[in-house]
Amino acid sequence: MRSLAQRARNTWRTLTSMGTALVLLFLLALAAVPGAMLPQRSLNESKVDEYQARHPALGPWLDRLQAFDVFSSFWFTAVYVLLFVSLVGCLTPRIVEHARSLRAVPVAAPRNLARLPKHENCVVTGESGQTPEVVAATMADRLRGWRTIIRPGRETGAELSAEKGYLREFGNLVFHFSLLGLLVAVALGKLFGYEGNVIVIADGGPGFCSASPAAFDSFRAGNTVDGTSLHPICVRVNDFQAHYLPSGQAKSFAANIDYQAGYDLISGSEGHWRPYRLEVNHPLRVGGDRVYLQGHGYAPTFTVTFPDGQSRTSTVQWQPDDALTLLSSGVMRFDPPAGTYPDADARRKHQIAIQGLFAPTEQLDGTLLSSGFPALRAPAVAVDIYRGDAGLDTGRPQSLFTLDQRLIDQGRLTKVERVNLRAGEQVRLDPGSPDGTTVKFDGAVPFVNLQVSHDPGQVWVLVFAVTMMGGLVVSLVVRRRRIWVRITPAGEPGPLPGTVNVELGGLARTDNSGWGDEFERLTQRLLSGLGTVAQWPNTGPGKSTEKTAAIAKTVGTI
Amino acid sequence: MNAEEVDVGLATYSDWAFTSSVVVLVAAMLLLAFELASTRARRSPARVHERGLVSAGPGAGTSEGAGTSEGTVTVDSATPGVVVPTPPRSVGERVGRAGLALVYVGIGLLLVCIVLRGLATARVPWGNMYEFINLTCLSGLVAAAIVLRPGRVGRTGQYRQLWVFVLVPVLILLTVSGRWLYTNAAPVMPALQSYWLPIHVSVVSLGSGVFLVAGVASILFLLKMSPLSAAYTSDAPGTSGTPGTTATAQTPGALARVVGRLPDAQALDRIAYRTTIFAFPVFGFGVIFGAIWAEEAWGRYWGWDPKETVAFIAWVTYAAYLHARSTAGWRDKRAAWINVAGFVAMVFNLFFINLVTVGLHSYAGVG
Repeated sequence: MRSLAQRARNTWRTLTSMGTALVLLFLLALAAVPGAMLPQRSLNESKVDEYQARHPALGPWLDRLQAFDVFSSFWFTAVYVLLFVSLVGCLTPRIVEHARSLRAVPVAAPRNLARLPKHENCVVTGESGQTPEVVAATMADRLRGWRTIIRPGRETGAELSAEKGYLREFGNLVFHFSLLGLLVAVALGKLFGYEGNVIVIADGGPGFCSASPAAFDSFRAGNTVDGTSLHPICVRVNDFQAHYLPSGQAKSFAANIDYQAGYDLISGSEGHWRPYRLEVNHPLRVGGDRVYLQGHGYAPTFTVTFPDGQSRTSTVQWQPDDALTLLSSGVMRFDPPAGTYPDADARRKHQIAIQGLFAPTEQLDGTLLSSGFPALRAPAVAVDIYRGDAGLDTGRPQSLFTLDQRLIDQGRLTKVERVNLRAGEQVRLDPGSPDGTTVKFDGAVPFVNLQVSHDPGQVWVLVFAVTMMGGLVVSLVVRRRRIWVRITPAGEPGPLPGTVNVELGGLARTDNSGWGDEFERLTQRLLSGLGTVAQWPNTGPGKSTEKTAAIAKTVGTI
Repeated sequence: MNAEEVDVGLATYSDWAFTSSVVVLVAAMLLLAFELASTRARRSPARVHERGLVSAGPGAGTSEGAGTSEGTVTVDSATPGVVVPTPPRSVGERVGRAGLALVYVGIGLLLVCIVLRGLATARVPWGNMYEFINLTCLSGLVAAAIVLRPGRVGRTGQYRQLWVFVLVPVLILLTVSGRWLYTNAAPVMPALQSYWLPIHVSVVSLGSGVFLVAGVASILFLLKMSPLSAAYTSDAPGTSGTPGTTATAQTPGALARVVGRLPDAQALDRIAYRTTIFAFPVFGFGVIFGAIWAEEAWGRYWGWDPKETVAFIAWVTYAAYLHARSTAGWRDKRAAWINVAGFVAMVFNLFFINLVTVGLHSYAGVG
């Protein structure tokens, strides 16, 4: 039992040692490397799939090692948890020690000040009332910001001990515990936060309300979020404006939106819509939530006129494939209106599906469509038109942007036309046949991709980041210094009135560099105005004692 | 180039200033390298106890210590007493001084290049990789100019020669930036149109530039501590300079000679430490500003985007360096290796992340 306790104590000691902390810091840096080199699920799921498809042998192994979820992996977590345990174990005793040192008085002067790295001897002749005690008190007065104490000398005279730089350790502790606070704030934010993305067509249409995860196209949430108590915000997008340079580089994006939140949504209220101009870098902040403009693209509009003259119009967002020219691809699916076909089976077999490319500014290479510019200058589409079972009746979710290839392979969907259309142009399917169906490309409207984010921890993350940096700067800027002044009555054989021997010694406990000049300036400041200053006649090296040698050893490196 | 948004004339002058700056810096590097190759190594008695100095503590590293160990005679005009007539400057020293002057001219020209770009585009001149690298190089050069400034006792010739090792990476960076990453002056994309652009990018750039000086100092420190330096010291002084040995023996000998001419290991270590403790909080602030901006632009303050990840890695590595400095047994060589690792992470972040992987930081005018 005792050996177990001993082992536990030894383990704890090893864990909280600086060497272990160093190794853990290094491991933390190392463990993050795959997060930068390999695609990550949290950033882009499809890239992970792509990577796994390209590396069929390596991929599953990497996946088993959680290499695609580095920052939530067991090994990354283990490293930082151990690091923080080590940090707490190392720094808690230092808090106690620091608290004790705050009450402590500066240590007594070593016997031989000449053994210190910096020292100075001189004789000061001033007014007749100048005694060692008076000089010591004057000097202590001048050491503003230092902690000072005056002790009577060993034989006669007075000794002044002064120390400064206590803030260094304080800053150090603040830095490390802020890191801990930062970690907790991040974790709480992740636990209680959520973010959802939704595409809204920018035509002043119904928009969306963020009251349930179902309102979003994709929704990521912390473990405590079950989707029942989302903060409701309703948004509708009236328009979207993009400006481009002649080169096609974007100059500005903005969407004029209306929103309702909080009181606006309470039943019985006016349902007042508040306008806001949503831009990149200017999110809408409402009641702790944020709404961002994250992306944009185009939603083409098609009208299908069925043989009996009934028509259906639809506008669906297509996926931008080229971020620069906004050449997009996507699918439209049309269910024939009631009454066009005699029964549900015939109706299902006459669904129309349109799949192809959309270019906001048409650029043709033969019949091959590409886009010359991202703005809506000469919209055109190049589409395949299918007739048959588009899968709308199955109730199963399908991709918004591609047709299910199996439907085509099984002959349930058959291609009836391949055509290029400009805005306003139409094509008649099965020409010559009396039951002709026409497909018309009406044009396109922009859509925006909005993100709603909720993170209750992020204010605290900022607070701790600020205190962390404050602590860091203090701990790097503040220097720990100790000086001692020994003042004795001067004169051989009897004391001369007003004349004292002054011996100064200084020690830089951290940051040695620059201490030489600093000590000289300090000496001058302490001695100025006390009278005439002369070099001490016997400035030879003093005797070494064990105590001063020990003090000389405690000088910090650098 | 697009004349509506950009003052084409100013942009052209900026490009000229860039080219001139590179040319001047190359010339400066050649002159300084000539001096480095031509001066005799310091072979004073101080060399013998130099290895001891590194681990010694108090007072050993102050400027007087370095000054008295100088073998060459350099007279500081501030020294009182009899003025010893200055011996005529050697050719090497004169060439080196000219090189140093050219370094300052090159820094000035790079500054002109950056300022003119800003004026031409009417925005802060760090909106793409080309401009970012130029600014980082300027930060590094200015940091080196401050750290290696002449005029302090014991620093005159020795520190001037360190410029060669600062100029090599800076010129590599400038060449890459001018040759492959050059971007015409233009307004920035919407995601970059924020008041955080001047703040975040400039602070990160300052931190990176100063880390570059720290990295160079640590590499030289490791060279100085390596067997190369020891081999040279143990060589009989007479034989080291004489030709006639076989080529295989001469190549390492040449490197060892250069290493022998560097300032003592402790001075290099001090440069590395002081630049790192400056750059560490600066870079930390840069990352935090970036996080605040990311919250505004991308919807989250931290998302482990590749650039963010490697910035995290670099920052943790430099934190490890600072811890190593206060841990027994890690102080000298191991700490320096960690600093070099941090430097590698910074370079990796600059090139690999922006040019090879695709992340949110990938705009920056390439690809």
